[in-house]
Amino acid sequence: MLKVEETQPVEFSSALLAKFDEIVKRYPEGKQKSALLPLLHLVQAEFGWTSVPAMDKVAEYLNIQPIEVYEVASFYTMYFLQPKGKYVLEVCRTGPCCLVGAEKIMDHIEKKLGVKEGEVTEDGLFSWRGVECLAACGFGPVLQIGPEYTFYENLTEQSVDQLIEDLKNKDLRQ
Amino acid sequence: MGRKLLLEHINVPGINTLAVYREKGGYRAVEKALKTLTPEEIVEEVKKSGLRGRGGAGFPTGMKWSFLAKPEGVPRYLVCNADESEPGTFKDRYLMTHIPHALIEGMIVSSFALGANTSYIYVRGEMMPQIRILERAIEEAKAAGLLGKNILGSGYDLELYVQPGGGAYICGEETALLESLEGKRGNPRIKPPFPAIAGLYGCPTVVNNVESIAAVVPIINDGGDEYAKIGIGRSTGTKLISASGNLVKPGVYEIELGLPVEEFIYSDEYCGGIANGKRLKATVAGGSSVPVLPANLTLKLANGDPRLMSYESLSEGGFATGTMLGSGGFIAFDEDQCIVRNTWNFSRFYHHESCGQCSPCREGTGWMEKILHKIEHGHGTMEDIDLLWDVQRKIEGNTICPLGDAAAWPVASAIRHFRDEFEWHVKEPMKSQSTNYGLANYANPIEKAPEEVKSQN
Repeated sequence: MLKVEETQPVEFSSALLAKFDEIVKRYPEGKQKSALLPLLHLVQAEFGWTSVPAMDKVAEYLNIQPIEVYEVASFYTMYFLQPKGKYVLEVCRTGPCCLVGAEKIMDHIEKKLGVKEGEVTEDGLFSWRGVECLAACGFGPVLQIGPEYTFYENLTEQSVDQLIEDLKNKDLRQ
Repeated sequence: MGRKLLLEHINVPGINTLAVYREKGGYRAVEKALKTLTPEEIVEEVKKSGLRGRGGAGFPTGMKWSFLAKPEGVPRYLVCNADESEPGTFKDRYLMTHIPHALIEGMIVSSFALGANTSYIYVRGEMMPQIRILERAIEEAKAAGLLGKNILGSGYDLELYVQPGGGAYICGEETALLESLEGKRGNPRIKPPFPAIAGLYGCPTVVNNVESIAAVVPIINDGGDEYAKIGIGRSTGTKLISASGNLVKPGVYEIELGLPVEEFIYSDEYCGGIANGKRLKATVAGGSSVPVLPANLTLKLANGDPRLMSYESLSEGGFATGTMLGSGGFIAFDEDQCIVRNTWNFSRFYHHESCGQCSPCREGTGWMEKILHKIEHGHGTMEDIDLLWDVQRKIEGNTICPLGDAAAWPVASAIRHFRDEFEWHVKEPMKSQSTNYGLANYANPIEKAPEEVKSQN
């Protein structure tokens, strides 16, 4: 299991803060809270998940109460409140994808990675979970991988194996 | 070949760039609107076109625009709903991926018509690639003087921003979307006041689907009357249909409204028939929320006439024998698919996506999921089927937003049309775990109704 100290403090880089500043400009004065969802996406892309200290810092930046951030982060499914693997394979599990074999793909990923839904592989590289409709029903089964949310369509067991291999190799090169 | 207004140039290489989009006649509507038309004239054209909201509800777009309040000194907003999450629907993602400028152009014309100087495109968070595509297209348009201050020398200013969601189906409901855009949980608001009076930041706001906004472009180019000539009756124009499930050629198709359903499923121009030589068992014609229909009622009305792809024909017969066009998410089930399993899957979806505000939906969707799980896995009783019917009845109409209805209708229609399959799961618990109920009689042709029944329709 990947170990991250929950209370570990975070620092926002000046590059990240510059991106925050750019986003806040999109809204009328005094409506900076509108930036909350985009900011949380940036935080997650940077740190891999949205920890409580990171959320507190976002609250401070937007001049809102921490609870306003927690309630939003816990409402939307895209924000990880627990550390996840470096690559989170999110497989669509809704009706149309199931008609073309999404359940088999999820079983295959579970076997291949050797971890249950939501868990992290020992090397810290992978997690997987079923998610609801990804609006790609005609190209199912599909999965996405954040933080870029690249789509992989028309999945087969072979293409999933290849994808996992590619990600492992990519990580070795980095 | 049906006429194509939105996807005509979809296969042109580079159509996602401003240069090629303009070469193919793009941004003519912006020129025409800003230089020769008043906002009122644009609203009038959209009214004349008969365009109906393409996100699912089918409310006339021009009428929605005419409700917008215009108090002095208060900003007005146009928000594009690109939170496409209805299972079976993927047309907006397709359009934004391939022809982003169609949406940008529609946003400029529509914002001008509504008097909005700041507009937002709310895109579901999972569509990060599409968000990047749109942001790039906005930059291109801005560099060409099509966005920003004094657009094309007309004196009209517009800033356009893309806002990502956080992964919540409920944010496709317009007031939940506005809450989310304000940085809050996506809990739908109680209406009235409607967004046209008090929407984003309490200001008058119009929320329109991606496809509706893109359709404004051909309406302005050719005129509302020309647009209204396409289609059938009150279903004017073309519609993007997302076809998925067990089809030879799933994908996004632009159809002229009024196309026979049979032609859409079986002709080579569209879906090319059922995959692997199997037979059609059922369809969900307009996204997971609309009632599921057996094959025979999909292809024919209760009186034996062919069913058409239009708002009216798909809903012909009410929920007893009809369904809805909805968002145009067309899902086909072949003879090997299990209706109980699919209904359970959809119920899990609605349980997962219920925002939790209204008790009937929050609790009811969970009950439906549990009961369906029980029946599907061979532990159900006959009473469970009645209980399921009872639970869905208690959700429908008793919630702030339509998610409750959307969760109830698939369950109600599955029991209405496929009750024998539910009963088979109860009577044959072991068998139902290893085999399927099959096609049964769902594809049997409908007897032509006697003349007196026909004349009543």
